[in-house]
Amino acid sequence: MIHLTNIHKTYQGAQPLHVLKGIDLHIGKGEFVAIMGASGSGKSTLLNILGILDDYDEGEYRLDGTLIRKLSETRAADYRNRMIGFIFQSFNLISFKDALENVALPLFYQGVSRKKRNQMAMEYLEKVGLREWAHHLPNELSGGQKQRVAIARALITQPRIILADEPTGALDSKTSLEVMQLLRKLHDQGMTIVVVTHESGVAYQAEKIVHIKDGQIERIEVNDGSKDSPFGMNGVMK
Amino acid sequence: MLEILHEIKGTLSRNMMRTIATGFAVVSGLFLLIVLQGAGNGVIHSFQYNMGSFAFDAVRVFGGRTTKPWDGIKEGRLIRLDDRDLEMSRRHFPNQITNAVPTIERGGVVASYGAHYINDASMKGVYPEYALMQAVKITEGRFVNSMDMLEKRKVCVLGNNSCKDLFKESGSAIGRQIKLGGILYTVVGIYKTDEMFNSSNFYVPYTTLCTIYNKGRFIDELTMNIQNTPTDSAMDQFEKEYTRATSHIHTFDPEDSRALWIWNQAEESMQMQKAMNILNKAFWILGLLTLLSGVVSVSNIMLISVKERTREFGIRRAIGARPWNIISMVVLESVVITAIFGYIGMLLGIFFCEWMDATVGNQVMDLGVFQTKYFVDPTVDLHVCFQATIVIVIAGALAGFFPARKAVKVKTIDALRA
Repeated sequence: MIHLTNIHKTYQGAQPLHVLKGIDLHIGKGEFVAIMGASGSGKSTLLNILGILDDYDEGEYRLDGTLIRKLSETRAADYRNRMIGFIFQSFNLISFKDALENVALPLFYQGVSRKKRNQMAMEYLEKVGLREWAHHLPNELSGGQKQRVAIARALITQPRIILADEPTGALDSKTSLEVMQLLRKLHDQGMTIVVVTHESGVAYQAEKIVHIKDGQIERIEVNDGSKDSPFGMNGVMK
Repeated sequence: MLEILHEIKGTLSRNMMRTIATGFAVVSGLFLLIVLQGAGNGVIHSFQYNMGSFAFDAVRVFGGRTTKPWDGIKEGRLIRLDDRDLEMSRRHFPNQITNAVPTIERGGVVASYGAHYINDASMKGVYPEYALMQAVKITEGRFVNSMDMLEKRKVCVLGNNSCKDLFKESGSAIGRQIKLGGILYTVVGIYKTDEMFNSSNFYVPYTTLCTIYNKGRFIDELTMNIQNTPTDSAMDQFEKEYTRATSHIHTFDPEDSRALWIWNQAEESMQMQKAMNILNKAFWILGLLTLLSGVVSVSNIMLISVKERTREFGIRRAIGARPWNIISMVVLESVVITAIFGYIGMLLGIFFCEWMDATVGNQVMDLGVFQTKYFVDPTVDLHVCFQATIVIVIAGALAGFFPARKAVKVKTIDALRA
């Protein structure tokens, strides 16, 4: 699904910062991968490149066979819309839109009619268990609920991959658990998921953990007993 | 399109404060523009109203008093126009003077009807042409005609204000007899009183007045229509030549500017026109400045609002909004706000003008000597209203476009962090 070959990224500035120094990574369809690393390791940059939010300088990135390189903003927007579902640490819901409208928004940019997209949004809200909260504004929802709305929004376009950037970073352990369980459920349904985190409890929910250090992949750990991790056993994550 | 409008409606209605702030700038800008224009028009119209019976091609000539000795005669001599001047006017300036009629006056008479009377009224003996030349507006009955002249009838035409004073509420004055200087005249017509001039003139046939008061060949005023004097300098030239011709008849210094009074209404009207143009321009400049301030406020608010919404735009772009989607959304929002509030401002302005028209517009200022309206029809051409609204809508669109374009040039990832 995701093929990264020798990706380099340098932030230009007064002092150029070489953030990614040759990343090779392959993520297959239906995999649940966690990217771990300390802050400044380049894991967020990597996720931004995966999410076509940022471009890279060298190498090759193929998403589901499509070469992603130096796209125009318009093309990038279309790819993001159709292929990628984002889950952010800070939820990134639009504050003046209620849960239903937030979930339906990606479909607006696909030109789906209002009736159809509201109907679909309701379905997805139901999937994340927020049907009753459909007409609440984000500030009337708890953190966990907001993140579930964001997940519903990420899913509504039926993307190829879900990219989650510290999805539990702003949540307490109990709601973190709920959110991670939701992601696991999606994984079980065959969704490809990439999670960036620095919390091992979150990372060990994944099948594969990619450790990044100083812009390079340090090691890739296969997490066989993920379901038996401390996180999975008693729900204590932090 | 409908989808986009619905999206915009959601955004605008959920961000009421911002919407109203922007809208207020638009409303006040347009409202002030229209009210200022209306007020300006009111003043200009009042000029025109008060100048209503101005005949713009008319020249009136009166005799004066010499101030320079000439040809052995001392200064201080009274010049009285007579039939020689009339002859001269008719004959010597065929290219300029198209029509010339004499007028004689009898001032200080008492006009009365029953117990009602007017002191110090003045009678004017006129030719029938006088009405046309001096733009006397007959509202009832008729003016002096040639049969009146021929038969020296004792008829008179009075102004509507004198009519009100004499007859109060006792029905039509036409056909009734009033006393002017102790002699009975039949009222044949009523003219609309000019608010500034001719306030209580009683027009009677020239021949009648001439006979009764034994005026002989003397003339109090020569009224002429002139042509071919389009510019100020041509007018000056004509006046000089005319004075010279008159000076030959009455033997005075042709350079003596007080021996003969030439009152040129054309010149006056030209000046009036100039003054009105300046006034009009001043009001336009004021209006456009208010409009500009409205435009600036709209731009400011759009600029801030776009900046404030950077993150929202980042989110929208992350989930698939194209740059153009963002720009068009902002521009459309701006257009919708300015159009709706512009329309409201326009309506308020128009209503206010109508209100002014209904209240101040009908107030008559009584200056004792004459009455005048200082505000007549203070309203604005609907075209101007719409044009102003369109200007502010376009300005609003531009005010949305530029910051929005700048906003989408920011990388999505940076916008998300904002």
